[in-house]
Amino acid sequence: MSDLKRLSDALQKGDVKTVNALTTQALRTGFSPQQILNEGLIAGMDVIGVRFKANEIFLPEVLVVARAMHVGLNILKPKLVETGAKPVAKVLLGTVKADLHDIGKNLVGMMLQGAGFEVIDLGIDVPYARFVDAVKSNNAQIIAMSALLSTTMPHMRATIEAIHKAGLANKVRILVGGAPVTQRYADEIGAHGFAPDAASAVDKARELVGAF
Amino acid sequence: MNVSNITIIGERINSSRKPIARAIEEKNTAFIRDETRKQLQAGAHFIDVNAGAFAEKEWPNLKWVIETVMAAGDAPLCIDSSDPEVVREALAICGGSAMVNSISAEKERFSSLLPIIREYDCKVVALCLDDEGIPSEPDGKIGVGSRLVNNLVKNGIKPTNIYVDPLVMAVSTDKRSGVVALQTIEEIHKRFSGVHIVCGLSNISFGLPVRKLMNRTFLVMAMAAGLDAVIFDPLDKQMMANLITATTLLGLDEYCKDYIAAYRNNKLET
Repeated sequence: MSDLKRLSDALQKGDVKTVNALTTQALRTGFSPQQILNEGLIAGMDVIGVRFKANEIFLPEVLVVARAMHVGLNILKPKLVETGAKPVAKVLLGTVKADLHDIGKNLVGMMLQGAGFEVIDLGIDVPYARFVDAVKSNNAQIIAMSALLSTTMPHMRATIEAIHKAGLANKVRILVGGAPVTQRYADEIGAHGFAPDAASAVDKARELVGAF
Repeated sequence: MNVSNITIIGERINSSRKPIARAIEEKNTAFIRDETRKQLQAGAHFIDVNAGAFAEKEWPNLKWVIETVMAAGDAPLCIDSSDPEVVREALAICGGSAMVNSISAEKERFSSLLPIIREYDCKVVALCLDDEGIPSEPDGKIGVGSRLVNNLVKNGIKPTNIYVDPLVMAVSTDKRSGVVALQTIEEIHKRFSGVHIVCGLSNISFGLPVRKLMNRTFLVMAMAAGLDAVIFDPLDKQMMANLITATTLLGLDEYCKDYIAAYRNNKLET
């Protein structure tokens, strides 16, 4: 088995120790950090995403994998910066104003990171202006926002309106999700994408980056 | 038949469920009427009504739901909205027998809903949540819940009209979520006599397989800690059987009447 395949497997098992050892070893062997990221960590996270979506594995198991992924990412990050490797895209992430539910948001963030996106997590209960300012100051290509309550959904529309008002509508693609959110609501409020779950959010984000 | 000592709030008429959203859109009176009657027959004391998924069009849709449910039976309603204007309009139709779901210790929400609750002298679900968010430790939850109860009572709300909701979190993302909820229930129960404690049963199992098993097990544990009201689907036979049995085991079922009646009505065979 190739070294990077072994890394991917260790990641899928959430084996922190082995991920640590194999990531370090792969760098020493001469693999580029980008290749380790793509063929080791991202490859492993892709499998996890598919299995999670298919209900073969469950949320706590994904969290164990996430812990291992962060160990690998932390080793690679400085090397990626040194080699000037670019993230797939920058994503601003947050739950909308008045919404405090962050399980889904965190899961999406983790999956996106695992897929090579740079994720700037604005947290929960994010006011419209924070999204707008963050687009300006971070030059992000995607906003991914969630609302878990039907009562906080209207803040998605208002956030999108604020983005338009700030003249940033052509600069950024907007991805929405959360239990009560539907494709129809996403279309209605002018979001560019809707994802019903975390794995789909990654697919959708990749699609939106391609659309630039 | 009805279980006497646990308040059951039937959760089925919620617009986040697709068949319900469709029925509301199509103004399918028969469908909502059936949903109402089935829940009442299964033992619901309150019928929760929610049209929040229609976001900006919540009120016209909720109004239709309320009128339809009221025409279908005479059970009190549980108005499931956090928009004070919607709550006010709803109470104007169904009056003081209703329950409002829900108020919280968030300043704006508290001050806008309080006068409405007081005016109609209705029951209210009180969430352990303030402007800082949902506390993750039992001490924080108990603190927020206690302050909220005290503030409500100080402002003229009867303790027996208050239903504290500890806001149960998923055990899949924090292994202590179950314990935190149970400790909160126990302490609120101990501190405030007459005040009710309510919760939903599905959050606890989020992200895990065989959720109904976990929900049922949690219900029994929560009842042992002092939970005396519950928001769930009363058509879930197994859940209902567990609820009835737990009521009996907690000494709330005189001469085991509810348990035996449930047996005779084939409610214990799951």
